[in-house]
Amino acid sequence: MSESPRIVITGMGWVTPLGHDIQSVWARLLAADSGVKPIRRFDATTFPTTFAAEVEGYHHNDYVRDPALHDTAGYHTSFALGAAAQAWAQSGLQAHRDAGKLDPERLGLYLGSGEGSLDFEPYIAGCLAGWSDQAKTVQGAPWAEEALRASSAEAEIEQEPNMPLAHLAMEFEARGPAYNCLTACAASTQAIGEAAHILQRGDADAMITGGAHTMIHPFGITGFNRLTALSNRTDDITSASRPFSRDRDGFVMGEGAGILILETLDHATARGATPLAEVAGYGSTADAYRITDIHPDGRGAAQAMRQALQRAGVGIGDIDWIAAHGTGTKENDSIETRAIKSVFAPPENPDTSAVPPVSSIKSMMGHLIAAAGVVQAIAAVLAIRDSKIPPTANLHDPADDCDLDYVPLTARDVGAAGGTVDTVLSNSFGFGGQNDALVIRRV
Amino acid sequence: MNRPVVITGIGPISALGLGTEPTWQALQQGRSAIGPIQGFDASGLPNRLGAEIDPGFKVRDFVPKTYRKATKVMARDIELAVAAAKTAAMDAGLRTAGSDPSEGEPHYPGDRMGCHIGAGLIAVDIDEITAAMAGSRHPDHPNQLDLHNWGKAGMSELTPLWLLKYLPNMLACHVTIIHDLRGPSNTITCAEASGGLSVGESLRVIERGQAEVCFCGGADSRMNPQAFLRQVLAKRLTPHNDRGAQAVRPFDRSATGGAVGEGGAILVLEEAQSAAQRGAEPYARVLGFAASQTVFPEAGNRRPDPTGRGIAAAIRGALRDAETEPASIDAVVAFGCADTAWDAAEAAALRDVLGPDRLAKTPVVATRAYWGNAGAGGGALDLAVAAMALRHGALPPILHREDPIEHLGATHQDAHKIENILVVGIGFGGQNCALVLGKA
Repeated sequence: MSESPRIVITGMGWVTPLGHDIQSVWARLLAADSGVKPIRRFDATTFPTTFAAEVEGYHHNDYVRDPALHDTAGYHTSFALGAAAQAWAQSGLQAHRDAGKLDPERLGLYLGSGEGSLDFEPYIAGCLAGWSDQAKTVQGAPWAEEALRASSAEAEIEQEPNMPLAHLAMEFEARGPAYNCLTACAASTQAIGEAAHILQRGDADAMITGGAHTMIHPFGITGFNRLTALSNRTDDITSASRPFSRDRDGFVMGEGAGILILETLDHATARGATPLAEVAGYGSTADAYRITDIHPDGRGAAQAMRQALQRAGVGIGDIDWIAAHGTGTKENDSIETRAIKSVFAPPENPDTSAVPPVSSIKSMMGHLIAAAGVVQAIAAVLAIRDSKIPPTANLHDPADDCDLDYVPLTARDVGAAGGTVDTVLSNSFGFGGQNDALVIRRV
Repeated sequence: MNRPVVITGIGPISALGLGTEPTWQALQQGRSAIGPIQGFDASGLPNRLGAEIDPGFKVRDFVPKTYRKATKVMARDIELAVAAAKTAAMDAGLRTAGSDPSEGEPHYPGDRMGCHIGAGLIAVDIDEITAAMAGSRHPDHPNQLDLHNWGKAGMSELTPLWLLKYLPNMLACHVTIIHDLRGPSNTITCAEASGGLSVGESLRVIERGQAEVCFCGGADSRMNPQAFLRQVLAKRLTPHNDRGAQAVRPFDRSATGGAVGEGGAILVLEEAQSAAQRGAEPYARVLGFAASQTVFPEAGNRRPDPTGRGIAAAIRGALRDAETEPASIDAVVAFGCADTAWDAAEAAALRDVLGPDRLAKTPVVATRAYWGNAGAGGGALDLAVAAMALRHGALPPILHREDPIEHLGATHQDAHKIENILVVGIGFGGQNCALVLGKA
């Protein structure tokens, strides 16, 4: 991206298990607070995993202009609306538009949002009403009768992954290019990178980007339990998310949304906006290895990091913090460490003391799945603002093959030590081998 | 300066067949595949028309032997994308790890090949999930799930990899693994606009120089109870089950709704010079692309803006990107879903951009009269049709439009030359895209 227009962030907002505003969530991240609690959204008491990091005390009506437009919103859309309202307010674009200076057709959307939650009870009722123990199939007529009786059109439509787009478009009158990408856990990092490309091409003046997701519903937890990807540490749930730890046993499900407003630096400067940070580089690759496993050398992950650094025009010595994907699964943390070392401590210079600090905010807010990347990007902006690096909570005993500086247990005040955090690399890797990386830099 | 991009291979899969030859032949014959649904018991639903893929289709025929085990974790949507990708690679004469490895080294290194595939909201196999749930019925409420029992025992009935069958990005994942595509990859989930948007993504990636070749398009199947139910509830389908294919009448004054289809297409997009160097014969050039969002709060972005403003913006953007004028458009492959309100909005956009006089002389093909609405796969099928039309210098006949809405009456005989075709994609939810394809 180095030869193209520079892309800056002028607004950001999030709705997370640790809170719903930038400052309080950031304070809790720096304090190594946990957002993990017993699941309340449904009765998970007998599930292998009984806990998650849920968004609490939130309703999008506190943020939107016309609640009637969003009455039927699913959780993914609801979270996106609150995060976007914060970002929009911070950007100051409303005043710019009120002055007639922002053409709605030049305001685009690129989200990496997940699908909505299944409308569980009507769905189950249809399935079970139709089930024949003899035929071992669902019979069409009784299924249809119950499904048509129990289901609501609105609840079904709202499950579509493009519904956050539809709602944000109405809320902010965004008529420009609009996309939702759904590349599993890499989605919102990818969305940010792609939104930057759209601005660099000149196809929009401002982009609303980021993502929203929840998989905290019976079949979401079921799916990840069957994959044995979730932590089962029911006896110690607040410290169950322990990336890079020797005894890590899986990730902790989170949920929420993060939204950024992106513009070219010239556009932001011309309207007198304050750039919060620059999206300086973006890398995206596919492992093309296996749907169930990451490539054992982290081949695609390393290549995505290299691309992001190269396009940002920065060297490995310029990175002050790596916001890790760091899920807390055995596989991810070992391979991500290997991939980071292959980029930052390559065979010709294998000194790992030169690798920048690496930490995972999933240790505190859980894994927001499609929205995981954007909350990392926001943490990166805040780390640059305050020159502080959030910790990897619960990391008392790193695994043998996790041998980097993970900022264990307590945040690092780089500023107090006379330094600065100027440039951050943020990693996101998705099931099926999707790898995305962003370089976020001080303007 | 953008690098020119061409389409060198097409892998369509629909109720009309698999591959370019049977597909084009059926289109030329004006044969619609819409009829009563056979694949599942739709007898209890008010809408029972659909367009289904030949039940003889087996994804195993489209993957390398070493990959057959992985077909067990493919939802139908994934199977369709995998088959379409192999078909497209063979059609392009493109050697990849998954197309024809016996013939020699792949034409391009893996990291110079990308993949952008549109996907829908994939429905879980209702028999599989219900078989697992049947043992966890609530003792007092037989149509409810006893979550306690489900958590303890019921969920274990599901295969461990169950979730991976249904992640939308698995279409692209399997295709990237089979063909060893290690460059930029993405999955777009914008309903019916997904196919066109995905092709647009590949176009930009190649233009920017981040890949030489991309597999792109989309695939979707709503031919299962839950996905079909969503379409029923959304009231987009014709109730005239007894009229068969004739019930689906895009841009006709007597239109009453669409029919559900399934399928999609993968296109091989390639940087023009690289394609020429390996001796590929392009179907078409990809001249322009643009995307937009409709904002219509009056209907909660559920029904179309009758002015077609958002759709027109995408079309204008694509013409601008192609550096061409409305007058250069010889034919349109429209979304045309046979719902009167959506068709009217799309017609308004075409009228607005092309002008009423020009539109009245421009054939507007609506493929959903042939193979129904294939969701995220449909836009890619439309691009496949446009590319084939440019190669053959012919258009498929316009079906079921005896009484066209205003200015939509041109037929394929009106196209005395076919140099440039406009393809429009519209997603329920408001995402729009448009592409301009030019004769190779």
